[in-house]
Amino acid sequence: MRKDYTLEKRKYVIIAIIFTIALIYIIRLFSLQVINVDYRRYAEGNAFLKKTRYPSRGLIYDRNGKLIVYNQPAYDVMMIPREVKNLDTTDFCNTLGITKDEFQQRIKAMKDRRLNPGYSTYTPQTFISQLSAQEYGRLQEKLYRYEGFYVQNRIIRQYAYDVGGNLLGNIREVSPTDIAADEYYTSGDYTGDLGIEKSYEKMLRGEKGVEILLRDAHGRIKGRYENGAYDISPISGRNLTLTIDAELQAYGEYLMQNKIGAIVAIEPETGEILAMVSSPTYKPSSLIGRERGKNYAALVRDPYKPLYDRSLMAAYPPGSTFKPTQGMILMQEGIITLNTLYPCHHGFISGGLRVGCHEHASPISLQPALQTSCNAFFCYGFKSMMDNRSKYKTTADAFTLWKDYLVSMGYGYKLGIDLPGEKRGFIPNSEYYDKYYGRGRWRGLTIISVAIGQGEVLATPLQIANLAATIANRGYYRIPHVVKAIQDTIIDPKYHEQHRTKVDTQNYQYVAEAMRMAVTGGTCRIGEIPGWDVCGKTGTAQNPHGRDHSAFMGFAPKDKPKIAIAVYVENAGFGATYAVPIGSLMMEKYLTGSISPQRKYLEERMATANTIIYSGVKKH
Amino acid sequence: MESRNINIWSQIDKVVLLLYAVLVIWGWFSIYAASYNYDDISIFSLDGRAGKQLLWIGCAGVIIFAIMMTESRMFEAWAYPLYVLMMFILALTILIAPNIKGSHSWIVIGPFSIQPAEFAKFAVSLALARFMSSYNFVLTRNWNLLKTVMLILLPLGLIILQKETGTALVYVSLVLMLYREGMSGFILLAGVASITYFVLAMKYSTVIWGITPAGEFIVLTLILIVMIAMIYRLYDRRGTLKILLSITAVSAIIFATITIFRQINWVYMLFTAIAANSIYAMILSIKSNNPRILHSISVAAVSIIFLFSVNYIFTEMLEPHQQMRIRVAFGMEDDPRGAGYNVNQSKIAIGSGGFFGKGYLSGTQTKLKYVPEQDTDFIFCTIGEEMGFVGSVLLITLFVALIIRIITIAERQPGTFGRVYGYCVASILMFHLTINVGMVIGLCPVIGIPLPFFSYGGSSLWGFTILLFTLLRLDASRMERYRW
Repeated sequence: MRKDYTLEKRKYVIIAIIFTIALIYIIRLFSLQVINVDYRRYAEGNAFLKKTRYPSRGLIYDRNGKLIVYNQPAYDVMMIPREVKNLDTTDFCNTLGITKDEFQQRIKAMKDRRLNPGYSTYTPQTFISQLSAQEYGRLQEKLYRYEGFYVQNRIIRQYAYDVGGNLLGNIREVSPTDIAADEYYTSGDYTGDLGIEKSYEKMLRGEKGVEILLRDAHGRIKGRYENGAYDISPISGRNLTLTIDAELQAYGEYLMQNKIGAIVAIEPETGEILAMVSSPTYKPSSLIGRERGKNYAALVRDPYKPLYDRSLMAAYPPGSTFKPTQGMILMQEGIITLNTLYPCHHGFISGGLRVGCHEHASPISLQPALQTSCNAFFCYGFKSMMDNRSKYKTTADAFTLWKDYLVSMGYGYKLGIDLPGEKRGFIPNSEYYDKYYGRGRWRGLTIISVAIGQGEVLATPLQIANLAATIANRGYYRIPHVVKAIQDTIIDPKYHEQHRTKVDTQNYQYVAEAMRMAVTGGTCRIGEIPGWDVCGKTGTAQNPHGRDHSAFMGFAPKDKPKIAIAVYVENAGFGATYAVPIGSLMMEKYLTGSISPQRKYLEERMATANTIIYSGVKKH
Repeated sequence: MESRNINIWSQIDKVVLLLYAVLVIWGWFSIYAASYNYDDISIFSLDGRAGKQLLWIGCAGVIIFAIMMTESRMFEAWAYPLYVLMMFILALTILIAPNIKGSHSWIVIGPFSIQPAEFAKFAVSLALARFMSSYNFVLTRNWNLLKTVMLILLPLGLIILQKETGTALVYVSLVLMLYREGMSGFILLAGVASITYFVLAMKYSTVIWGITPAGEFIVLTLILIVMIAMIYRLYDRRGTLKILLSITAVSAIIFATITIFRQINWVYMLFTAIAANSIYAMILSIKSNNPRILHSISVAAVSIIFLFSVNYIFTEMLEPHQQMRIRVAFGMEDDPRGAGYNVNQSKIAIGSGGFFGKGYLSGTQTKLKYVPEQDTDFIFCTIGEEMGFVGSVLLITLFVALIIRIITIAERQPGTFGRVYGYCVASILMFHLTINVGMVIGLCPVIGIPLPFFSYGGSSLWGFTILLFTLLRLDASRMERYRW
């Protein structure tokens, strides 16, 4: 093959280009590496100390603008292992007030890659976290002697209202899992744990900053690199305004002391949660500082499970607080009218089955049945609906419809509150019974106990409070939430949406009237607050854990309600004994700001009562 | 046939083989140094990057064996099918690749990720070699040139769609191969000129001397010089140069006189000089009946249009982060948080290395993770810091030696196929070396492409291994071709 020698000469052009580039680069490298000494100076030793500047975490206010959670400085002692030289361990331990054993243990924990995956001898490692101001003062005087150690400023939380442990949550050091899940975090950072601190972590935490300091070969800080041109200022976290009324929250916890249970109070019109008590509770201030680990472990071990937020995690049988939903479904489906009468002679008896009831007139219609909490009425009604073959093809069809009503009222699924850990409760569907009894082998009578909120149905106190709010609004709810406003941004618009249920306003009106009757002349009489037209419904829920749960669901006033509430007191017996007075006191406190002298005795009795002894749980 | 398989290993080019081995092993040690952080992970541990790289090197050995065992004619036979398949995979990658740092270029299969673009270079080189070695192919024919350029532009476009602009730009380097194969040197010059104009215009775009924009002044001066040079070259008579320079001097004097009365924009002086020289060029063209002299006028006109569209190209055609990288590379802007920080840190790391370096594994800047991507795109930092000026120069020298050796091999190929392929390999390696090292020492914009054989990663290592050893395989059997 003939070669084109003119073109072959071009290889010299290409080689010349390569040499030119190489030459330019070598000159550049020579100037960078040999002539210019600035770079070497910057890098001499470990030229930079990158210090994280932590932003101030967002503050938390209550609905009335009262400060609940704020920040206080704390000090972490950091150590760069490679730079620790000639350490006088005894002196160092004395200054920090630790023993030599503790010192060795901390070093060991630091080097354990399972506990501290980011360990490196070149980078700052946390040696002790959260020194108090006094401890820091003592250390600071001598810090220059301890090469390789320096102090990092941090913040810890402080509480103006030391309430709502589970609701507010707390902050803790990030775990390896947190670091893996979110690249924002590095070892030693803090993150929200439980409650609002967790669900609004991204709002509260802000953005970390960096300060780049220059050091000489001996590790001494010589100032800021390029006068701070490369520093990044931290951005403070956003402040939150809660829907919670701090006074009401504190009052609820006061009433619930020595009891197991929950209170959820909602402003019906907006879905804003006014108070959310889970009892027994704990002080959020017990989970700050260096005692956190110890206190947290004690809470985990506590047999009454204070870390378990009963207000939105506990699924209780709703008991008689469920009856208003039943009345409304029956009315809406046309199974009954306001005048439909059902007999009740101490209960509902059909074949061998008997659901007991108490003394009241018979036969009875819907509103008096709600007033006196008659079991038989709702059993008859439920049975007529399930067994109505002219209206529904099968029992399963009727039951599915029944379930859809309840789901529209917020039962059976998570409501979507802005707190972590919400449970969905339980409303069975027809497949559930098909599996249990066999397809077509169950009828209304088989599952009659769901009609009075027993059996398979379960609801969280939050869902029951939401029911009270829905009745107060005569047919709609807004998803309950605890954050009212976020600084410089808006809350999720889903909390402003109106959710209408499948029941007409008129039927809600009937039920609301009946709940008023229950207070004026029924099971809730003790709940009346003079001048405030309280409406309510008791519940006494049988359960497999001993004595009945005492429950109450209500709202006030009857027209233009300002507060809706659900109260659950575990193993406390009749609804009227504990749950009604507590609910009523909470409403009074919120509506009037104080408790009238005539009802002070009730407050006294509730606050001092101890029902925890009936829980069957023995402490130690 | 039997004997050839034995011969093939003795025919392999020992210089390239040695250079390859040195670079790959040096790369492996550098990766260990760059990711050296935990004091206790051994260089062989598969938990570390170095251990994994060793695994990739082992696989590269298998690939080399497979390539050497392949019949050399197969590369020619499979060039087109491979190209089509590769284009299909590149297109598919855009659709199925997950978003990794904004690019869609990695195919993830279980625990492995592969970047098809690294292998596309090989397929494109083969296809070009095959196409340009076809019977009666002459590059200077427009239709052929267009087809060739299309072969290059297709993968370039697909890779841009994967948001891997850096990897896509590699194909631009194939201009060097085209130049060797007969493309007009004018295009290469135009390319160099436009890059120079662009760089100068950008670099000085914010500088103003009096009321004269510095960028435009410098570039227009260059355009004037090129114009005078072209006219002089095309009409080489005694006195021509004198007249051209006088024209320029006269316009300069006129404008200098004006400055006595008022401030002037010197750009107008250059326009006047260019215009006056254009008129002179026309007179020469008519006088000597040589229309080629008019080319100088069109070149100047195109250059001026280019100069004034640079701003438009820059603001309208480049993404904001690319603009930022370019500004930072030209020192026009400090971007301490982003690209500027990286380059600044890498310059500190390299600069702190000094003449002899801090010693292997003793670098502090790269260990402290001040330098980003220190075992991939910025691996040169580690070498600069730990081995100093000596190590850096040695690395560049080894690469230059490798590229020149590849050009030598390309030139000794009996057919066009081998030569074109060889030049493709040389061009691609040259581009990677220039851009990667250039960005680390702050001479080029930060374009994320690996340093061949050094940067951590299987795809890149295998891609270059295939590229290089296919050339060695073709070279090893070059003598046989004569026998046919």
